[in-house]
Amino acid sequence: MIQKTGHGDMKLTLEVWRQAAPGAPGKFETYEVDANEHMSFLEMLDVLNQQLVERGEEPVVFEHDCREGICGSCNLTIDGKPHGPRERTTVCQLHMREYRSGDRIRIEPWRANAFPIVKDLMVDRSAFDRIQQAGGYVSVNTGAAPDAHAIPVAKQNADMAFDAAQCIGCGACVAACPNASAMLFTSAKVSQFTLLPQGQPERERRVLAMVETMDEEGFGNCSNHYECEAACPKAISVTNIARMNREYARASLKRR
Amino acid sequence: MTIADSPAGSARLDSKVPSGPMSERWSKHKFDLKLVNPANRRKFDVIVVGTGLAGASAAATLAEMGYKVKAFCTHDSPRRAHSIAAQGGINAAKNYKGDGDSVHRLFYDTVKGGDYRSRESNVHRLAEVSVDIIDQCVAQGVPFAREYGGLLDNRSFGGAQVARTFYARGQTGQQLLLGAYGAMNRMIEAGRIEMHTRREMVDLVKVDGIARGIITRNLSNGEYERHSAHTVLLCTGGYGNVFYLSTNAKNSNVTAAWRAHKRGAFMANPCYTQIHPTCIPRSGDYQSKLTLMSESLRNDGRVWVPATKGDQRPAQDIPEAERDYYLERKYPSFGNLVPRDVASRNAKTVCDDGRGVGPTGEAVYLDFGDAIRRDGRAAIEARYGNLFEMYERITGDNPYEVPMRIYPAVHYTMGGLWVDYNLESTVPGLFVLGEANFSDHGANRLGASALMQGLADGYFVIPATIASHLAGRVLEDVNTEHDAFAEAEANARGRAEALMAVNGTRSVDSMHRELGNIVWNYCGMERTAEGLTEGIAKIRDLRAQFWEDVRVLGDPNTVNQDLEKAGRVADFMEFAEVMFHDGLTRDESCGGHFRAEHQTEEGEAKRDDEHFAHAAAWEFQGEGELPVEHREPLSFEEVKLTTRSYK
Ligand SMILES: Cc1cc2nc3c(=O)[nH]c(=O)nc-3n(C[C@H](O)[C@H](O)[C@H](O)COP(=O)(O)OP(=O)(O)OC[C@H]3O[C@@H](n4cnc5c(N)ncnc54)[C@H](O)[C@@H]3O)c2cc1C
Ligand code: FES
Repeated sequence: MIQKTGHGDMKLTLEVWRQAAPGAPGKFETYEVDANEHMSFLEMLDVLNQQLVERGEEPVVFEHDCREGICGSCNLTIDGKPHGPRERTTVCQLHMREYRSGDRIRIEPWRANAFPIVKDLMVDRSAFDRIQQAGGYVSVNTGAAPDAHAIPVAKQNADMAFDAAQCIGCGACVAACPNASAMLFTSAKVSQFTLLPQGQPERERRVLAMVETMDEEGFGNCSNHYECEAACPKAISVTNIARMNREYARASLKRR
Repeated sequence: MTIADSPAGSARLDSKVPSGPMSERWSKHKFDLKLVNPANRRKFDVIVVGTGLAGASAAATLAEMGYKVKAFCTHDSPRRAHSIAAQGGINAAKNYKGDGDSVHRLFYDTVKGGDYRSRESNVHRLAEVSVDIIDQCVAQGVPFAREYGGLLDNRSFGGAQVARTFYARGQTGQQLLLGAYGAMNRMIEAGRIEMHTRREMVDLVKVDGIARGIITRNLSNGEYERHSAHTVLLCTGGYGNVFYLSTNAKNSNVTAAWRAHKRGAFMANPCYTQIHPTCIPRSGDYQSKLTLMSESLRNDGRVWVPATKGDQRPAQDIPEAERDYYLERKYPSFGNLVPRDVASRNAKTVCDDGRGVGPTGEAVYLDFGDAIRRDGRAAIEARYGNLFEMYERITGDNPYEVPMRIYPAVHYTMGGLWVDYNLESTVPGLFVLGEANFSDHGANRLGASALMQGLADGYFVIPATIASHLAGRVLEDVNTEHDAFAEAEANARGRAEALMAVNGTRSVDSMHRELGNIVWNYCGMERTAEGLTEGIAKIRDLRAQFWEDVRVLGDPNTVNQDLEKAGRVADFMEFAEVMFHDGLTRDESCGGHFRAEHQTEEGEAKRDDEHFAHAAAWEFQGEGELPVEHREPLSFEEVKLTTRSYK
């Protein structure tokens, strides 16, 4: 069995956003919690929830699943920063060794009109799915594909498409943006397909439909703050936004 | 061995395996199946539960074909299914490397890798359609790794001597799932898939013995909902979280499968679980999950421990001559690429021997020093950059400079609901796809084969075999007013209310953790009759305690994550017992099921083909009752039953 190591123990004060239901008034509650520097941030919240259950209080609702930075479920703003202080890191990959005993940490949900709060730290990100439904795919029925080697792709383009395709759909870009814009998210998918031969036939239709849906869902405009790239746990580049803008202009011209 | 001298088969298990030459069976079967006329397809409602690789590929393809699909997942978006976390790659017998790969070789490797406990015909079909999967995914724009010439790159995985694994850096599952998610999105937009997110299937509804619907709980507001259909597809993933600590996503669970089991679907080979050799070791009692380091790392990393017990020196101070590269030493032809069960057991052996490293002594080194010296840091970074970064995030150590420390962890479950060749369970109209079924991997799954199986089932198998049910049976009109729906809904509500009513003192998590410890200690990498028997008693005790002392707080009519967990843990508590019974009954060692009583002199798994060349499928008899075992004999016509050797 694993031994508990005494060293690395820490005491923290947390201010956590509690909100009972969508539209209900919410407020920060303060909690003291005993943690250890080897814990992940979410394990520290597990400890808090364990404490709350023991005291007969309702545990804090927060989203998580893979706990290894790939599913995009976890979404906490920590001391004003989506996913916390460490670059290119989701909350679930953040470890308590980033903090010191005695620290005060403020935890709140993503804040954006297009992401209404469901409960406590959980928000509704279904708008992201609707943007993808508008055109984030190549229309090819199962069974109709040619041999994979019939479509060579230059390594450089394949790598760039992959870089864009790494988006985990967490929404940190929206939470970080002063305008709550979804440009980085949308442009990542548009870029992936713009860079690949498979994406060409639907190139115009895709960008127009996705951008239109993005606007309808109530996301803000991009005014080049680039907070999105800084907050992105996968370091998706803002050059994708520039590429999407070009694609959009090109497609709009062709449509006319 | 032939069917004739296998143990008696159960009449309840008709595998429906076609006859004729192995390589022609799938084509012949497809030809023999009835067809559903395209114009009639829209008259059929298909429920797909789960949107991982299996569910998303099935939902998209069936909708493209014209069926009316309703899909469900517990996540807020279908894209977050556990499949997203798969790292290393997907196998396919493309032979793009010209290293002698073929459908037959992939088939052979998989049957052998599964330690001769899978159904040959299914495995052959899997190998056949593997090539179509890659074509499909490339056409969807999945950005697989490529070489400078623009063609697809491959790597090697354990248990194979050819490079047949396609990959997208260390995020293959993500890219494949996003491909399938895109295909689903296209059908959602077209109005052919009705997508229900944040829904948990809490019961299966049968009418006249046929699966005709499900009951779901809306996880946002606690409402119970009834959904009827002509057929139900379960694509709900594996049960690895019965161990509490595993590499599975935290919300992975056995609930859908277990509740279907209680409605008559047999559970096959639940004791077959895979312990993956390369995971980040535990660091403390608060640990909530374990993180896999992809098997692909064993392409370049070398596994070793100090040659002498109790050597406490830092890795870099231990000279070459005092290191034991035990896999290379014991298995010279496969070396670090032996199958997972073999690699895991060997790691346990050296640690039990007192040669484990790190603060807990439960770890071995995975060392990239030689690879970095040989290929340069940049090359290694291009291959594994994101994995190295993940390791550094979690441990605080830099694997470019010091060797990784790894230890085996629960990763995958080969067992699952029993299905026939059509993927239909023992409940007519209930099909099971992906990790949730037991079908293709026998007693041990080879790396990069789960993604292949999930997508084979969803893109290529079910679209053909679903007609066996829809065109083959007369299906009365059924709607959700039927008594069977009322009964199932009341049943599901009752269970949740009972959980809330216990109002004890212990958190759900603490009890889940305790269950996990029992399962790991008695049904983990090594099992014995004595331990399994003791384990069963402990599980029963714990289950009784759970129903007396669990504490679920809050409002059942809003988001209540504790209530969700409590329902799943209650099911794990029941499921664990069947798993143990299965392990106890299977009085042999095979693949991941290592019964200490049955080993060769060198400590390898020793099968007993005379008595155990069968799949064991368990029939539910009531809560707390012993399940009844049914056996499907396995015959080996193409691959000779021999002792696996990786030397
Ligand atoms: C860390 C990791 C790495 C891996 N790497 C590889 C690899 O490199 N290669 C490989 O071949 N395999 C790999 N595997 C294995 C592989 O990822 C899985 O076996 C496979 O993805 C399972 O897919 P699935 O579609 O069957 O289920 P899942 O992806 O688990 O999906 C289950 C779905 O069911 C839904 N669901 C579950 N219960 C309910 C319910 N009651 N009601 C409604 N919905 C429900 C979930 O929401 C989800 O949508 C890896 C596994 C892990 C853990
Ligand atoms: S929990 Fe999956 S990305 Fe954080």
